[in-house]
Amino acid sequence: MQKRSIVPIVYILFLLLPIYWLVAMSFKTTNEILSGFSLFPQSFTTENYRVIFTDPSWYWGYINSILYVSINTVISVAVALPAAYAFSRYRFLGDKQLFFWLLTNRMAPAAVFALPFFQLYSAVGLFDTHLAVALAHCLFNIPLAVWILEGFMGSVPKELDETAYVDGYSFPRFFASIFIPSIKAGVGVAAFFCFMFSWVELLLAKTLTAVAAKPIAATMTKTASSAGYELGLLAAAGTLTIIPGAIVIYFVRNYIAKGFAMGRV
Amino acid sequence: MKTENQKAWFFVLPVLLLVAFNALIPMMTVVNYSVQETFGDNVFFWQGLDWFQQILRSDRFHAALGRQFMFTFLILIIEVPLGIAIALSMPRQGFWVPVCLVLMALPMLIPWNVVGAMWNIFTLPDIGLLGYFLNHTLGIDYDMTQDPVAAWVTIVTMDVWHWTSLVVLLSYAGLVSIPDAYYQAAKIDGASSWSVFRYIQLPKMKTVLTIAILLRFMDSFNIYTEPFVLTGGGPGNSTTLLSIDLVKIALGQFDLGPAAAMSLIYFAITLLVSWLFYTLMTKDDQN
Repeated sequence: MQKRSIVPIVYILFLLLPIYWLVAMSFKTTNEILSGFSLFPQSFTTENYRVIFTDPSWYWGYINSILYVSINTVISVAVALPAAYAFSRYRFLGDKQLFFWLLTNRMAPAAVFALPFFQLYSAVGLFDTHLAVALAHCLFNIPLAVWILEGFMGSVPKELDETAYVDGYSFPRFFASIFIPSIKAGVGVAAFFCFMFSWVELLLAKTLTAVAAKPIAATMTKTASSAGYELGLLAAAGTLTIIPGAIVIYFVRNYIAKGFAMGRV
Repeated sequence: MKTENQKAWFFVLPVLLLVAFNALIPMMTVVNYSVQETFGDNVFFWQGLDWFQQILRSDRFHAALGRQFMFTFLILIIEVPLGIAIALSMPRQGFWVPVCLVLMALPMLIPWNVVGAMWNIFTLPDIGLLGYFLNHTLGIDYDMTQDPVAAWVTIVTMDVWHWTSLVVLLSYAGLVSIPDAYYQAAKIDGASSWSVFRYIQLPKMKTVLTIAILLRFMDSFNIYTEPFVLTGGGPGNSTTLLSIDLVKIALGQFDLGPAAAMSLIYFAITLLVSWLFYTLMTKDDQN
């Protein structure tokens, strides 16, 4: 071990401490949590998890979240691909302004949009559907996906396109069978970020749903207030929300550093 | 070179329609509210720019804006240097790299209200790990529900915990793109580690750092869920940041007009500061 590796180790320990505490609490009974401090669970219990996995109002929260996050990721990446291609290959009227305008949508505070979003999606009859949340999250995910993908596409030489046309490829065939595979790391990174920002966002997701598409994060706040303060249950539900993110990041671990480096401002 | 092609608009069209649907219609709603007064029943009265004047003159808005700038300033001044330092001390290759990256990215993938709830139970004075340690092991009187300073330290620490990794990942990505030959040349010239940092590593990290600073600015300036869940804006109003105040006015008091005017002012400030950052940081490239 080199001396300087102490910095990342200390940092990672700092990151893991609150997570450890959440996980430790999830294996305690609420009584034990409230009765005093203990570093490890004294009466180890999996009761909290059992409640979550057997009660539909709990586990449907997870299914709802995963559904709208997946729909959002697919939509965002699918529409961002051709747009990013246009930005990286062509000059057209208003291209720079359009690119900047897209980015400004990441700057709008979600709190500003909460009420108008509720009215808009109620008016078009999508309130309390997975699609509503997926579409609403497009507001900040599409600009991000375009931004990341454009960076990756810019590093693919233009000769690739020209050679393919000379070889008689049509545009859609070239795009699907040659171009996209050549930037698959970029597609992975873009999909990862869309997943991440859609998964962690709550304000809009909560505003746009009531029962049928309620996200897990909202289930947590409601149950916490109606059943007193079930800290153990809350901790178990929180622990479970970390898992999907951990799985997704494991798959893109080798691309994530590269992915950032290719992005441009 | 890029070729001129107006048909490229067709490629952009789906993105344009989807984002415009989500951005322009709600924005128009906000603009509508901001110039009208309503007493319910969908009856509206023209109000002109009164709400804007009222907000811009109100002490409450000034206080929230001041707290917001303070928060964002602290976040940038802590997270950016810390993130760079951690990235510099990370191994460049080997087994530990992906392990480090995955562990570091973990906080960013936790839903924001869970982050707030998690820090809440972590800092509870008698039964939270940090709260217990500070109060009973170190003997520091710590209770963030009573003490504004403790509340501030807690929300800033929480954000450092939550987002420093973004700066680390971006800086690290810039660092690994530096070819080994640069370092060898510096070694032959006998360059100090400071000059290696100043003249090789920092310039190479510039693009990704611009992205990092911009993203950290926008997200910390718009932060809502985590501090709301953690402190609820308290004690008193001491941690009521701009968007917490905004939601209080809009959904708590249902003052839609002033809330809408405040939203637009808020958005304008974010845009302006982002644009300033962007122009300042990319100025050298154009020369």
